[in-house]
Amino acid sequence: MTPSIGGGVASALQLLWVLLAGPLALGLMRKVRSRLEGREGASVLQPLRDLRKLSTKQRTRPTDSTWVFAAAPVVLVASAVVAAAFSPLVTLSALLATRVDFVAILFVLLLGSVSLLLGALDTGTAFAGMGASRAAMVGAMVEPALLVAILAMSLGVGTSNLSRLVGVGVTTSTLAGPARILALVSFFIAILAETGRLPVDNPATHLELTMIHEAMVLEYAGPDLALVTLGESARLVLLLGLFANLALPWGIALGTGALALVGGLLAVSIKVGLVAVAVSVFEVTTAKIRLFRIPELLAGAFLLGVLSVISAVALR
Amino acid sequence: MNLEDVLSQRPARAHLDLEPRDLLDAARGLFEAGFHLGSVTACEDDDDLRVVYLFVDGPPDQRVEVHVRLDARNPEVPSLAAVSFPAGRFEREMADLFGVVALGHPQPRPLVTHQHWPAGWHPMRREAARAPFDLDAAPFPFNPVEGEGVYEIPVGPVHAGIIEPGHFRFWVVGETIIKMKARLWFTHKGVEKLFEGRDVGEALPLAERISGDSAIGHSLAFVLAAEDALGVAPSAHAMRERAILLELERLYNHVADLGALCNDTAFSLAQARAMTLRETLLRLNDRVTGHRLLRGALGLATTSLRDLPRRDELASIAERVNDVVALANANSIVMDRFRGTGVLARADAIDVGVLGVVARASGIARDARDAHPFVTTRAYSIVTEETGDVLARFRVREREIAVSLAMIDELLTGGEMVTLPRSARGTGTGIVEGWRGAITHRVEFDASERLTRVKVVDPSFVTWPALAVALANTIVPDFPLVNKSFNLSYAGNDL
Repeated sequence: MTPSIGGGVASALQLLWVLLAGPLALGLMRKVRSRLEGREGASVLQPLRDLRKLSTKQRTRPTDSTWVFAAAPVVLVASAVVAAAFSPLVTLSALLATRVDFVAILFVLLLGSVSLLLGALDTGTAFAGMGASRAAMVGAMVEPALLVAILAMSLGVGTSNLSRLVGVGVTTSTLAGPARILALVSFFIAILAETGRLPVDNPATHLELTMIHEAMVLEYAGPDLALVTLGESARLVLLLGLFANLALPWGIALGTGALALVGGLLAVSIKVGLVAVAVSVFEVTTAKIRLFRIPELLAGAFLLGVLSVISAVALR
Repeated sequence: MNLEDVLSQRPARAHLDLEPRDLLDAARGLFEAGFHLGSVTACEDDDDLRVVYLFVDGPPDQRVEVHVRLDARNPEVPSLAAVSFPAGRFEREMADLFGVVALGHPQPRPLVTHQHWPAGWHPMRREAARAPFDLDAAPFPFNPVEGEGVYEIPVGPVHAGIIEPGHFRFWVVGETIIKMKARLWFTHKGVEKLFEGRDVGEALPLAERISGDSAIGHSLAFVLAAEDALGVAPSAHAMRERAILLELERLYNHVADLGALCNDTAFSLAQARAMTLRETLLRLNDRVTGHRLLRGALGLATTSLRDLPRRDELASIAERVNDVVALANANSIVMDRFRGTGVLARADAIDVGVLGVVARASGIARDARDAHPFVTTRAYSIVTEETGDVLARFRVREREIAVSLAMIDELLTGGEMVTLPRSARGTGTGIVEGWRGAITHRVEFDASERLTRVKVVDPSFVTWPALAVALANTIVPDFPLVNKSFNLSYAGNDL
């Protein structure tokens, strides 16, 4: 299939969607959390306002940092939007949909994580280094869990093409097999860890010594911080969107017609909204696990992935 | 009275004048007899310096003052650091603020003063003029820990959250803390000097502001000391109201700590509930005293309350505390974070000389409400836990809230006033179990009833060093939780 104009429009739409839906999802999650705790909470739009405020501030960077520090937020945002453009979020027929592999998308996202990690190390401060080392530890354990989960899902369908993986759920009823459910649970735990949510990391903490992700970005300020926040939130909705479409594929546009795209956009927004609310509800009731329990949690996710592979092979 | 009489007769109040050379033996005798060091105070008289060691024990309430006169030009005392760790801390403080040298001290380095303080300038001395501060005049480095893979993390004094300033230096391998040093006294403001020349009425607002969360603890310790020195006796009614205020202060702080401990494990639901309960308690404080932090209710021999807590209010508070605790208990991750974290062994706690919640969580049954009571109630019982971890400190607070509520309930109609014996005319001591632990004030007045010297000891001063001990084998991300479970005051320590 050659790149089409429709596919291009769809990809552009998805790209813009993650940039807008990211901050809104953050706002929604904070709002849900506040209400569950009995507080009023800030408006859902607050993260967008924060971005506007940050982007107008003066740019300050640590004196001894290099281009690595400056480039990291840009790479982070770029990796998120590139991954979003080619993923089945709004439609199954985005640009290059037939060629895009699940593993490729994850590794594009990983580029953002690694650049942020390098940016943190580039500052040479104790906190950023501490955050980077913890993030590397978590990352090293998230990747195997993610890969095994993908392998498990791929075995059932016979391909790791992302659009096919999502599409198979729309057209057939093979969706609810044990292999797929186990793989999705494993995938979800890995997403929580990768995006720095509870119980792995507390995005709301001000305790610098407990931070993982927040410690890494402690030196970013102003427009750089705006980019980091934007990139992180875009990544969050992209991963939640992939999860939502893999778990509940219905409503995703099959083609690139205007009506189909609008429908797909609504569908993915609602689904991601629901997943985000579910994550918030979960976060309110849980707590942050001890740092050295994170490997146990992620080993559990990995194990679920392995079980999923076994059941996929056994049930074939 | 001499030392032998004191040790055999155990009078409620005693005063000993000793030569410096007899100090160490006397201190040994008193420590062996079960006394603890309440405070060490240097006082400047017209022609010489005097160091006052306050030894306390109880129950029954006993206080022994040991006075040692020194040559003001060359003030030297033998160090007690070898027999008492807190004594070593007091001596370092005294060396910085008064220039009194503790001979044979194992750590003869500044404690209060930072590197930019002029050498040889002792701000509490009468002749101390305003000294020009030369920033970074002398470096004051940490003893580094060296070795393969040792990593140094400096934290503070400015923190990401809105808390008081303190600098913490960690040496870690991986995430395990090898050593931690706390450098405090960033908020040293010369509170003790500010007391000088004030009368009781002028001094009370200052005492209330020594540590904002212990307005009653410090002002009550001060006013008890002042009443002791001036020979004034409050009514039993006033004393009972003071006991109510002290427990109200414990309530709102302990409730806040229960929530904050949960919050440090990111369990913010319990924190949100605890904070709304704290707000209820602050409004109750406001109704009772006209101030949310209980300021302005105490006076010399008097207490002025606008209202009293109602019994049904106390019951509903108890219920809401139970809700918060039940939330925490039901969360296995929170319990896992608390259990076995930041253990302060009983032996270490005794060696460091810790006070209050921290001591009782390590199995030490010390409480000024028990040892130095000014009101007794049937509802009071001392609360101890054995494990010395974060969970034990959580449990001590949880159970003390229940005791406090029962005490307030009883104090509304009952409670027995204890008639406190007098110290020597013009001097007085006040010991009160604030919510952190025992707060000790020692005051001296001149003939016109103006203060010449106030020594303030917040329990934080003696308890801070134990934090580093409790961190052995703890991982860096658990430090905030351990620190919160101690919840020591910076303002009360730095003075």
